Amino acid sequence: MAEHFFSVRSLRKAFGGLVAVRDVSFDIPKGSIMGLIGPNGSGKTTVLNLITAELTPDSGSVLFEGKEIIGLQSFQVCRSKIARTFQLVRVLPYMTTRENVMLGRMFGSEPVSPSQAAHDADHLLARVGMAGKANMFASQLTYIDQKRIELARALATHPQLLLLDEWLAGLNPIELRVGIDLIHQIRREGVTIVMIEHVMEAIRALCDRCVVLNAGGKIAEGTPQSVLSDPEVMHAYLGIDDAAA
Amino acid sequence: MLEALKKARLATAAIVVIAVLLALVPLYVSDYIMSVFILLFANIALATAWSFFSGATRYISLATAAFFGIGIYVLAVVHVYVPVWVALIAAAVIGFLVALVIGLSTLRLRGVYFVVFTFGLTELIHQVLNWWEIKINRTVSRYIFTDVSNVSIYETLLFVALLTIVGSWFVSQMRLGYALRAIGEDETVARHAGINTTRVKVICFALSASVMALVGAVLALRYPYVDASIAFNSTWSFQVLIAALLGGGGRAWGPAIGAIPLVLLSEFLAGTFPHHFSIALGLCFVVIVYFLPGGITRLILRLHHSWQTRHRRDHAGAH
Repeated sequence: MAEHFFSVRSLRKAFGGLVAVRDVSFDIPKGSIMGLIGPNGSGKTTVLNLITAELTPDSGSVLFEGKEIIGLQSFQVCRSKIARTFQLVRVLPYMTTRENVMLGRMFGSEPVSPSQAAHDADHLLARVGMAGKANMFASQLTYIDQKRIELARALATHPQLLLLDEWLAGLNPIELRVGIDLIHQIRREGVTIVMIEHVMEAIRALCDRCVVLNAGGKIAEGTPQSVLSDPEVMHAYLGIDDAAA
Repeated sequence: MLEALKKARLATAAIVVIAVLLALVPLYVSDYIMSVFILLFANIALATAWSFFSGATRYISLATAAFFGIGIYVLAVVHVYVPVWVALIAAAVIGFLVALVIGLSTLRLRGVYFVVFTFGLTELIHQVLNWWEIKINRTVSRYIFTDVSNVSIYETLLFVALLTIVGSWFVSQMRLGYALRAIGEDETVARHAGINTTRVKVICFALSASVMALVGAVLALRYPYVDASIAFNSTWSFQVLIAALLGGGGRAWGPAIGAIPLVLLSEFLAGTFPHHFSIALGLCFVVIVYFLPGGITRLILRLHHSWQTRHRRDHAGAH
C-alpha cells in the first residue's frame, strides 16, 4: 500500500467520561489543504493538540511520512516539520515582532544563529505584511497583526505541514481576502495545510477536502461541496428542525 | 550594524575601565570599606545569577540560600584536604550538579508551587545537614582555616561578579537566551516553536546555582566557622530577590544596579538604626516598589529614551 504523507489512525482522547475525540481517522495527501470543521466542542482543537503533543492520546497513531509521531514531545514535533498556530492567538507579548518570528527560525527544523534568524524573520514579516512593525512589541499590535506574526513564527520553523486553528476567524472581509490569498500562496510553495475553520467562504475557496467532526467523532469526509450539503452535517450544525426547514 | 559594533566596543571599554578601577580599590580604602565592597560584589553576583534564570523564565526561585549554603559547606568540608582554589571549583561544580537533579524533578512545577518548593528545599537541606552533623559527625559547626587575605577575597568576588554579568549578557545574545525569555513569556508557545524547554530550564537553573555556590564558598573564606543556620539562611534568598526586582529585568546589568543601593542602604541602616533595621529597610522597599514598579532599569531606560527623543527633536529643529 502506498504510504500516505500524513495519516491519523483511530485517534482517541477522553477527559474523564467525556470522549473528546472518538476514533478519528483521516489521510492528507501532500500539498493539499484539508479543512477540519464541525460545531463548537466537536473536538477539532483537541485533534490538533493530540497531533502536536500538547495532549497525549489514549490510543491511536499519527504517521507523518510513514513515521509515528505520537510519543514525541511538542518541540520534537515542531522540529520534524509540523507547525501550528493557536485558536486564541498566542504571541510573546514583551518580545518584539521580529523576535517572535526569530524563535521559530532559531529552534525549528533548520535552526540558525540569532543574526541569521533576524535576517530571515524580516523577510517573513514582509511576506505577511508586517514589514514596518518589526521593532514593535507584540503586545502593542492589533489582534490581526498578532495573528500575522503567529503565522510568520510557524512558517519560520520551515514546516511541511501547517496546522491552522481558526486563523481566519475575526477578520473583516478585506482582511479575509488577503488571508485566503496568503494561505493559497503558502500551499503553492509545497506546504500541506490542515485548517480548522468556521468561515464557509474560506473553506470553499481553499479546502480540497474536509473532515467533519461532531461530538468527537468523524461524521463526514469529502469535498467542501459534498460535506456541506450532507444532511448529517447540517443536522450537526443547525439542529434537526432547522435543517429540515 | 556599524552602530551596534560601536556600542559593543564602547561597552567593552567601559567594563574594562570599571574592572581596573575597582581592582585597584583595595590599595586605597580601609578594611571596613573593603568589606562593604565584598558584600556588594557577592550580592551583585547572586542577584545577576538569580535574574539570569528566574528573571528571564519567571520561575521565581527562593533556593538562592540553598545553593549559597551548599557552596559554604563544600568549602568548609573540602578546604582541609585540597588547595583553596580547588575547593572553590568543587563548590561550583557540586552546586551545578545538585541543581541539575533538583531541576529535573521540580521544574515542571509552575507559579506559586515552584516558589514554595524552592523555599522548602532550603529548609530541608538545612535541617538534614544539621541532623547529619549532630548525629553522624557529632558536631554542630565546622572551622575554616585559611590564610586567604581580604584583598584576595575582594578580587575574586569582583572577578566572579563581572564574569556573571558579562556571561549573562553573552548568553542573552545566544539562542539559549532567547529560549529563556520565550519560556518566561509563554512556555507553551516556546515548546511549539521547537524549544526543548526542559533542557533549557534545567541547564540554566544549574548554571545560576553554580554561581551561587561559588559566591557562598568565597564568602565562607571570611568566616572563622560555619554551621547549618549560618549557611542556609533564607534572608539571602529574599535579599537577592529584592535586589533583582529593584534593579529590574531585561538588561544584564539590571540586577547589579539594584544590588548597589540595597547593600549600601542595609549597611547604612544597620549602622544608624541597629534595633529598627528591618523595619527601616522594609519601609524603604515599600516606597521603592511603589514608585519604581519596573525597577531602576526601567527608569534609566525611560530617561535615556526621553533624552534621545529630545536630542533628536532639537537636532531636527536646527535644520
